[in-house]
Amino acid sequence: MSEAVLQDLELKAGAAIAEGPEWLEPLRRAAAARFGAVGFPSSRDEEWRFTPIAPIAQRIWRPAPGEPAALRLEQLNPFIFGHPEWTTLVFVDGAYSDPLSRVPVLPSGVKVGSLAEALRENGGLLPEHLTRHAPADGSPFTALNTAAFRDGGLLHVPAGLDLECPVHFVFVTTSAAEGTAIHPRNLIVVERGARASVIESYVTLAPESAYWTNAVSEVSAAEGSWLEHTRIQRESERAYHVGLSHVDQRRDSHYRSFSMAMGGALARHNLHVRLNDENIETLMYGLYITRGEQVVDNHTAIYHDQPNCRSWEVYKGVLDGRSRAVFNGKVFVQPEAQKTDAKQTNRNLLLSDGAKVDTKPQLEIFADDVRCTHGATVGRLDDVALFYARSRGVPHAEAERLLIYAFAAEVIEEVALEPVRLELDRLVLERLEAQRG
Amino acid sequence: MLEIRDLRASAGDKEILKGINLTVNPGEVHAVMGPNGSGKSTLAQVLAGHPAYEVTSGSVLYEGRDLLDLEPEERAQAGVFLAFQYPVEIPGVTNAYFLRAAYNEIRKARGEEEIDSMDFVDLLEEKLKVVDWGPEIMSRAVNSGFSGGEKKRNEILQLAVLEPRLAILDETDSGLDIDALRIVAAGVNTLRSQDRSFIVVTHYQRLLNYIVPDFVHVLSNGRIAMSGGRDLALELEARGYEWVDAAATAASGAGA
Repeated sequence: MSEAVLQDLELKAGAAIAEGPEWLEPLRRAAAARFGAVGFPSSRDEEWRFTPIAPIAQRIWRPAPGEPAALRLEQLNPFIFGHPEWTTLVFVDGAYSDPLSRVPVLPSGVKVGSLAEALRENGGLLPEHLTRHAPADGSPFTALNTAAFRDGGLLHVPAGLDLECPVHFVFVTTSAAEGTAIHPRNLIVVERGARASVIESYVTLAPESAYWTNAVSEVSAAEGSWLEHTRIQRESERAYHVGLSHVDQRRDSHYRSFSMAMGGALARHNLHVRLNDENIETLMYGLYITRGEQVVDNHTAIYHDQPNCRSWEVYKGVLDGRSRAVFNGKVFVQPEAQKTDAKQTNRNLLLSDGAKVDTKPQLEIFADDVRCTHGATVGRLDDVALFYARSRGVPHAEAERLLIYAFAAEVIEEVALEPVRLELDRLVLERLEAQRG
Repeated sequence: MLEIRDLRASAGDKEILKGINLTVNPGEVHAVMGPNGSGKSTLAQVLAGHPAYEVTSGSVLYEGRDLLDLEPEERAQAGVFLAFQYPVEIPGVTNAYFLRAAYNEIRKARGEEEIDSMDFVDLLEEKLKVVDWGPEIMSRAVNSGFSGGEKKRNEILQLAVLEPRLAILDETDSGLDIDALRIVAAGVNTLRSQDRSFIVVTHYQRLLNYIVPDFVHVLSNGRIAMSGGRDLALELEARGYEWVDAAATAASGAGA
């Protein structure tokens, strides 16, 4: 690889190739070369047509500070929810903070903690999974992350274990993140018949700062496993966020995702789920709430490679101001994937004349005995429903909030873990209060 | 309690109410009947402040206040309630949450303390009996996936909780089977009182077998063509709405 490519990475993407164990080095170099070859996507790239990433590509980003800023535990209170016994891993400006994190005593065999630490220990699990689920030849952002990631959350649940205690990865930025690029990398491996709930939060203590998060999460859901994976994106509204979640599911597994996006000047989340075997169930839920000039983009892709699987997807958006949302949902059904049952829905609620949505379902179906449906709607608050609430004594502004909340709550209800549901509810209500109070 | 004088209202360019006069005293039950398109549902919705209709002239005094000057929520807070012909589904919000929000808004407007969800559960327990329901219905989303009968029962439950002074029932009987009709009517009857008035809008006399009105008015082409006691409803059933039109035409011809 040329020095120029390396320099380019380091200068533009704040992404000096990070160190790692021996097996990882060539993968990192290949990923760097890949990024060097393709660079940032342009607006001519179909995958990025509606998402103006020029503000990311044209800026020179510094690497994130290697040391976590010293924070007091109370400063994290706005982002922590659930029960004190939950496992909480805190990453400050991308770096793992041991004093802020909380890892209770867990059943033996469970591995949870900083990925960087695990790489130093170089356990057997990592070569088998890390970079194996999120191919670096996919998105240039994944390539960049693979070259440059330093840390992130690791969870490994051994076969047959029900990890009752949810795990929360908290990525918090401070004012020290200004002008930097952070490349978190998460790995979640749920073995045969195991169960787990994982939450990723991307939050900030510096709501005025401009930084760039480029996160990748790899998920492996083995045979008969059950995983709920929630992602809460509440970055600074001046920040940029690109996130990619790559999920591999095996036979009889159940994976449910909830992707909440509220932050970022520009935020993009890709969720790719591959159904590698039969009798798999995949539920993908999403909610985006935007205002001002925000651009929030969700791309999902589900690969039905094998027969008798079911995928169910509902993404909803509430847009205000001059904000813009993009939804692109791909469903690929391979010729072998007979009896596939796939449903995809995207519903958008526009609260202002200036807000705009580009929604595009893409079903590519090569099997004939399947049931695949999709639907997309873009609408405004229903006048009749508004009148109904007002005719019961609820004032106009309150009735509007109630209906917006109802719209959002309908998808939040699908979250299995109650404390997560309550937190998402709270975030919606808090935003409605701030925005339309 | 309610004085409607020469009320005219339009939807878009189309005039629907063409001079309604009606007086309702406390405790009275007035049935408003009429063929489809006569304006009876419009009258109900105009009284509740539906934004789709524009009042072009006339006045409505409610307990001495100009009702038409009030926003829909202010009317509700002042004690006016409309049971919708097509109750609205609100997925995402439970019946309990919605009803408590409404109840508390009305209390707030009256300068009373809001009540918490525990006390509200106690209150509901009483009110659910009015429509012969268990508490399960309260954790379902508002009208969402409810059958036609359940939706109408839910309207009556709201009526029972919000305790209006003037309740307007807009074709509450439409789409009900006989059992649901009995439950709904029995609910309304338990809510009748000396200081609560009802305007019962219906196409069919059937409902009036259960909710016995003090007065019956027949609307035709945006006006009250005929008024009488409950016998008028029975006569209507026997003779049909054409008879009212004919009689009204004859009457206006005689007067000219």
